[in-house]
Amino acid sequence: MSQFIYLTFDGLSRGAVYAAFALALVLIWRAARIVNFAQGAMAVAAVYAGYSVTSATGSYWLGFITALVAGLILGVVVERVVMRFVDHSSPLNGVVVALGLVLVIQGVLGIIYGNEFQPVETPFSRDAFEIQGIAVLSRYDLFVFAAVGAVVVLLTLLFTRTAVGLRMRAAAFAPDVSRLLGVSVGGMLTLGWALAAAVGSLAGMLVVPTELGLHPTAMDVVFISAFTAAVVGGLDSPIGAVTGGLVVGLLLSYVSGYVEPTVAPMAVLLLLVVVLLGKPGGLFSSSKARVA
Amino acid sequence: MTDMKQKTAAQDVPTTSAPQRTSRRRLAPILVVLAGAGLILILSYTLPPFRNYQLATVGAYLCVTAGLTLLTGLNGQLSLGHGALMATGAYTFALTQNKWLNLPLSFVLAIAVTTVAGAVIGLAAARLRGPYLAGLTLAVAIVVPSVTSTFDETFNSDQGLSVVLDPPPGTIPMERWQAWLCWAGALVTVLVLAMLVRGRFGRDLRAVRDDETAAKLAGINVARTQVLAFVVSAVCAGLSGALFALLAQSVSPGAFPLTLSLFLVMAIVIGGLGSLFGALWGAVLLVALPAFAQSIAEQAGSHRLEGNLALVVFGVVLIVVMLAAPGGLASIRFNFIRRFRR
Repeated sequence: MSQFIYLTFDGLSRGAVYAAFALALVLIWRAARIVNFAQGAMAVAAVYAGYSVTSATGSYWLGFITALVAGLILGVVVERVVMRFVDHSSPLNGVVVALGLVLVIQGVLGIIYGNEFQPVETPFSRDAFEIQGIAVLSRYDLFVFAAVGAVVVLLTLLFTRTAVGLRMRAAAFAPDVSRLLGVSVGGMLTLGWALAAAVGSLAGMLVVPTELGLHPTAMDVVFISAFTAAVVGGLDSPIGAVTGGLVVGLLLSYVSGYVEPTVAPMAVLLLLVVVLLGKPGGLFSSSKARVA
Repeated sequence: MTDMKQKTAAQDVPTTSAPQRTSRRRLAPILVVLAGAGLILILSYTLPPFRNYQLATVGAYLCVTAGLTLLTGLNGQLSLGHGALMATGAYTFALTQNKWLNLPLSFVLAIAVTTVAGAVIGLAAARLRGPYLAGLTLAVAIVVPSVTSTFDETFNSDQGLSVVLDPPPGTIPMERWQAWLCWAGALVTVLVLAMLVRGRFGRDLRAVRDDETAAKLAGINVARTQVLAFVVSAVCAGLSGALFALLAQSVSPGAFPLTLSLFLVMAIVIGGLGSLFGALWGAVLLVALPAFAQSIAEQAGSHRLEGNLALVVFGVVLIVVMLAAPGGLASIRFNFIRRFRR
């Protein structure tokens, strides 16, 4: 029982990170109808930027903020320089270009930082508190929940309560009409990419210290988990992405704890296959035919 | 109206009769492959051992790029999982070769196992489109290498397995023998694929790619065509994986990273989607570009450039090609077809 409780909390903590990452995927999908396969590589690049600042100044928080800003900038650059010029007649075009970006980013990171795993410090202890002898949560887990919770709340407020959020939704929903009404559709698209990349780099900052360490390919498996989370929730739904993230996190945690850690990625693959074949629109989609 | 007239006029131009054309279309691949075999034979005797090894690598890559060309170029399904299928073939080859030391049997088993794996993925893939298919196959490419550490008694985890090989017959040097084997595999693959593409199957593939609804109305079983395309390309990947195991005389998960799968996609896109010649250019590029990047890295004396420079170059070329081609993948494809028909 105590193991079950521990695994549950551990799974929720992992799931929170996947939820944030899946949210980043959903943001771009809603704005541009592109699944950003370069999200993982972009997040790693931002984390490397944060890591450089942290090791130069010794301050975790300075590095943390650097990573988020680097994510924002990278999102803008990727959208303005590359993604804007992708032809949208086939969804494969965006996918292939994003994969090209993955190669470029991983190669550049490898050239600058080398292909060794770099250990990354956490700002808080990862030792779990114990309640009546049962290990439950660590300070770091609480930090993860707080950070992801803040992102979810802020994004919800942005999209539902502010004029900018309304413009962003309008630009994605009806670009032509929005343009006639004076909305800068291209600008909103760039903003969407920047936001998504920043959320992705936050997820990267949170997840990298809990895994093997920093490496140009560190986010590959995380990307798969987050993609699965986004698909489980339906690519269109932010609430679905968060729920999907938690589901995937719990699944990974239970499989790692009760079976074996090396089986966990296969469990994610299985979940992805089952959801794609059973309910390809995701659990939170309205039932309409999917064209993409 | 004038358009119509011009078209009929154009059709009236006397050409070779239909049966003649068909037989020539069927004969052409055989001639090309025979010429290729002759060329390889000459090259394998004139090139120094290291170049022979590179020649063999091109052959091994050609198997998988040809199969992927059929899948992506002609059938419109994008697979990022072919690196994993190659790993399946390579590991099966290594295991059977170490157990029975029978080269033909190892190849047959490697292909058989990959066929089954390809059929399983293909069945799922046939129901998926666009980013969903890409995501699923990407997951396959990333997850499958982790199987080696789950069953580490069989696969020996990250270290991988070494492959026992009989010495080549007679006094043939190892590299020449490898080049012959790899190119035999590659040329047979290309011949079979060229025949398939020219027949009814190829027409079905293209029909499904261009318009699924229209293909269905024309009586084509869309799902079956897509699964078949996936299986055919998986067979090619399995053969290619086995050839890579034979080349390196070892297999390890590190030899089949995600970047390999991405390289394969890049190779067929740059080579020109939908053409088997494009697959050849892609395979040459896969060997030449890393070698080129390697020599630059050595001159610069930086070991961080090694490997990574090739990634950057590949990525940039892929992005530039995709952005420069108006309409992306589709235009790369149609440019080629127009060239072909001329």
